[in-house]
Amino acid sequence: MRLAILDHGHGVRAKAMFALIRVFSGHPVVDAVKLALYRPSFYRGGSLTQEAMRGPSDWSVADRELMAAFVSKVNNTEFCIAAHTATSALAYKDGAKVSAALADLETAPLTEPLRSTLRMLGKLTRENNLDVDDISRVLSAGVSEQQIKDALAVAFAFNVTDRLADVFDFAIDDPAAIKAGAKYLLGRGYR
Amino acid sequence: MSDITSLHSALVSRILEGEGQASPEIRRAAFDNEGLAEPVRTFVDKVAHDARVVTDADIGTLRQAGLSEDQIYEIVVCAAVGQATRQYQNALAALSAATGRN
Repeated sequence: MRLAILDHGHGVRAKAMFALIRVFSGHPVVDAVKLALYRPSFYRGGSLTQEAMRGPSDWSVADRELMAAFVSKVNNTEFCIAAHTATSALAYKDGAKVSAALADLETAPLTEPLRSTLRMLGKLTRENNLDVDDISRVLSAGVSEQQIKDALAVAFAFNVTDRLADVFDFAIDDPAAIKAGAKYLLGRGYR
Repeated sequence: MSDITSLHSALVSRILEGEGQASPEIRRAAFDNEGLAEPVRTFVDKVAHDARVVTDADIGTLRQAGLSEDQIYEIVVCAAVGQATRQYQNALAALSAATGRN
């Protein structure tokens, strides 16, 4: 973590929470949690991320976790790639599908609606804008207007989170901690 | 269906107008990536466009310029949310144009 306040500047309640997490999970507190609990009256991005990732949607939780991993791959943010690849793989119960989607979107065994949506999110993340043709192609693949809005909400959440993870230099957790984090995100979400 | 509209507005209000240690002016400028003086200008542009290449030295430069860790934290959050907001709103406008609802 590049700012000491994000490691050690928390209030008493957050520090007590960290102690509980360490005891019950058996792992160190991940940097994403330290950020989430730092000055919650200021940033507190968890509720928006929770709505985007776990709110009602025609996309499954696994699909949205794959979108989060995919946006993070485009941003090249290692912490978030690792966390959401693991969470998506666990949700799909299919790690090979997630690996294939991140390795080569065009040949991966995905439905066309999901593939075209990921392609759109990739362009938005890389180029910062979309045009009408980009959206029309996704609609033509059978994706509804609401599904596009839901996918854009996921991209928003991770285009914020990836930047924060990179600038604050989140540590990459060991594989066991990443797996434990994925189980937590599926069970409890982002709140 | 999921809807982040009100959560997004509340987030933007909190970081731009809520209690903070950086001035509202610098937070707004970081969010907009516009109208900043050096060294914050170059730093915020990196956060917006290439966060991956930010280094310890970049943070050190801000410290040397007299910014506290909390001020740096707020500037980073504003820059990240600002850039993601521009992407998001651009995409929603394209969606409205494509579906004929402007």
